[in-house]
Amino acid sequence: MGKFDQHGLKAISPLGGHEPRADAFTGLLIREVTDRALASLAARQGQAEAVKAAAASHLGGLLPEPARWSAAGELAAWWMGPDLWMVSAPHDSHELLAAELKQAVGDAGSVVEQTDGWCCFGMEGARCFDVLERLCNANIRAGKAGDATRTSVEHLGVFLLCHAPGQRYSIIGPRSSAASLHHALVAAAKSVI
Amino acid sequence: MIINHPILGPRDSQEFTYLGDASLIDRPDWQAEDAADQFHDYLYLRDNPAGEHRELWFHEQGDRSWLVVTRNTVTHEILTVELARDVARARGRSK
Repeated sequence: MGKFDQHGLKAISPLGGHEPRADAFTGLLIREVTDRALASLAARQGQAEAVKAAAASHLGGLLPEPARWSAAGELAAWWMGPDLWMVSAPHDSHELLAAELKQAVGDAGSVVEQTDGWCCFGMEGARCFDVLERLCNANIRAGKAGDATRTSVEHLGVFLLCHAPGQRYSIIGPRSSAASLHHALVAAAKSVI
Repeated sequence: MIINHPILGPRDSQEFTYLGDASLIDRPDWQAEDAADQFHDYLYLRDNPAGEHRELWFHEQGDRSWLVVTRNTVTHEILTVELARDVARARGRSK
């Protein structure tokens, strides 16, 4: 519940619905995920160790290595580039995630609120490999749990997080192109299943 | 063509975009006496070797890092790939 409730405003999902969209296929579920807050965390020049130390004490875990993601309690983070990570947390309890992070890292890091810049689709089921390998050139079948790959799907730069190889993934893409990304996922699923 | 990213390993070249000669890293001092001449050379003069060439590439569909790729323009063989920030710092930039 937010401070604008008295205006009767209701948030919509990246696809424009009042509830997250879900598309079920035999052996595959594509689900819009709207309950995570995001903030990017960049280590300033020469401050990588300080940011990692602050993250270890504040986030309850180490920032992930290149091309990996990790979760510790409610918070999760994935590597985006050299000295740059995206941190995510449940939106209900961490709506002000960026401010919390900034307080934790101080002048060692730069933090940018990212929550409404991205859309996230969860993909789960036994047909994940068949669908994802048609969508991007990441080496899906060689992937391990904890892999975070930035790749392109439907000409969009997306992050592909692997939860369980072949079974469960998150696909995070630009929110303004949510419908295009969703179309690509569903079209690939329909062509396979 | 495969570019062997120094952090992420072999990646398809379609994930990258090309900027140009890696000498773009050596931006002249704008406060120098002959800054106008230096910038003229920096902007307009390029070597066009048939052979090894150092180039700036951007991993646009990846981790968004800038790379210095040493490529043979005759055979397209890629010889070395370095992070551009490491190259720049080794030359005293980004202090």
